[in-house]
Amino acid sequence: MAETDTADIQTLALDAWHRDHGARMVPFAGYHMPVQYDGVIAEHLWTRTEAGLFDVSHMGQLTFHGDNVDMALETLLPGDLQILKDGRLRYSMLLDESGGIIDDLMATRRRDHFYVVVNGATKNGDIEEFERRLPRGIVVDHWKEQALLALQGPRAAEVLEALAPGIAELSFMQGGQFEIAGTPAWISRSGYTGEDGYEISIAARAAASVADALLAHEAVKPIGLGARDSLRLEAGLPLYGHDLDRETTPVMADLQFAIGKRRRADGGFPGASRIVGEIDQGSVQRRIGLNVEGRQPVREGALILNGEGNEIGRITSGTFSPSLQRPIAMGYVASAQAEPGTALKLEQRGKIFDAVVTPMPFVPHRYHRKPAGA
Amino acid sequence: MTTYFTGEHEWIKVEGDTATIGISDHAQNALGDIVFAEVPEQGRALNKGDEAAVVESVKAASDVYAPVAGEVIMGNPALADDPALINRDPEGEGWFFKMTLADAGELDGLMDQAAYREWVKTL
Repeated sequence: MAETDTADIQTLALDAWHRDHGARMVPFAGYHMPVQYDGVIAEHLWTRTEAGLFDVSHMGQLTFHGDNVDMALETLLPGDLQILKDGRLRYSMLLDESGGIIDDLMATRRRDHFYVVVNGATKNGDIEEFERRLPRGIVVDHWKEQALLALQGPRAAEVLEALAPGIAELSFMQGGQFEIAGTPAWISRSGYTGEDGYEISIAARAAASVADALLAHEAVKPIGLGARDSLRLEAGLPLYGHDLDRETTPVMADLQFAIGKRRRADGGFPGASRIVGEIDQGSVQRRIGLNVEGRQPVREGALILNGEGNEIGRITSGTFSPSLQRPIAMGYVASAQAEPGTALKLEQRGKIFDAVVTPMPFVPHRYHRKPAGA
Repeated sequence: MTTYFTGEHEWIKVEGDTATIGISDHAQNALGDIVFAEVPEQGRALNKGDEAAVVESVKAASDVYAPVAGEVIMGNPALADDPALINRDPEGEGWFFKMTLADAGELDGLMDQAAYREWVKTL
């Protein structure tokens, strides 16, 4: 095991809390992060049946203030933000001038401003992009003293309602101001596991008391980054820096759901002509899900081959699915080979694997959506 | 019967001119939940340091190296269906393969159990 220079790595507000709860810490996105407590598979399955508590305080929490801030953000993000009502959030992407993805993010309209959560490893670059490219008069603030917890799983609502009454009324992709364990909190019904659940933004100094209050419930266990990765992969959710980068557009990444009807018609976001063209005519490559035969995981960097043995793409994420008890993967292939049911070969360390293109999510989402018309 | 350990966290249990190879408790703990293991085929000739087997956890793949030269007698057939056996009993039922011992002199550079346990504490 190689020595790693850990001098420049930051600590989370909950660093001691994680260690006290038996976490194995690893460097990730510039922070010492808990990768596992009891074990990845146990934590993964716990989140699918009970409630898992995640510390995602490495992520960047930003606010944007200014006149017509929704229109200003729409110059960089392809999502329809003007249509968002107060307290509603939306998945979107920060795009470069040619439509490549600089980062993916969640944007919430909060009264007169927007609250945006970006990835930890990319947050500093994102802030520079926003400050350089947003219209004058938009003020970007980075809330470094704010922690972010996620409570995910079928029992999350029951647990959280006892501590923050009213959260059960939120529907998927809706947030509000609450109080939890005596601390003001912005809580949204959202997450990165495919389960019902919440993300809880609180002052970093209160993070340990809020985490303790949540963990006091018998349904809650702390969950590390390892299970976070296998959970999001089963849910078909891409991870920036692996499944998404500047070489991929929202259409290549199969994320065109995030580009609203009005934005498709009117454009006005970076790379709009290219992206609208890809929506109409298809992109050259496309992100797909794969069921892999056998038991061995096929991971990032493995080659994807067609029936003739020619390389048609690469695996960008892969693991052994704890819920399905089989290897699953994501990757990019030529769009002609992206249809579900297409049989492909994978090559990893000289070994060939059979795989079949599979619709995602691999494990069905169980978000709390209100019935249509409600 | 003597058990030796390598700096790559393999153990090698020697009985006469045959040896059983596996990974240490420290190694299985570091890997986490093991979901796949591939053992070498019977009859395969191994040089010291060859990649002999593969072990994969949810997060990562690792190679198991041949600690000595010899020929594979058999792989552990139980690992294909139950790779978690390596987590449960790494230095017993979770063995990887048995091999002949071509040169007993190759054992000289390996750690004995007490030395390995002490060394692991320093990691």
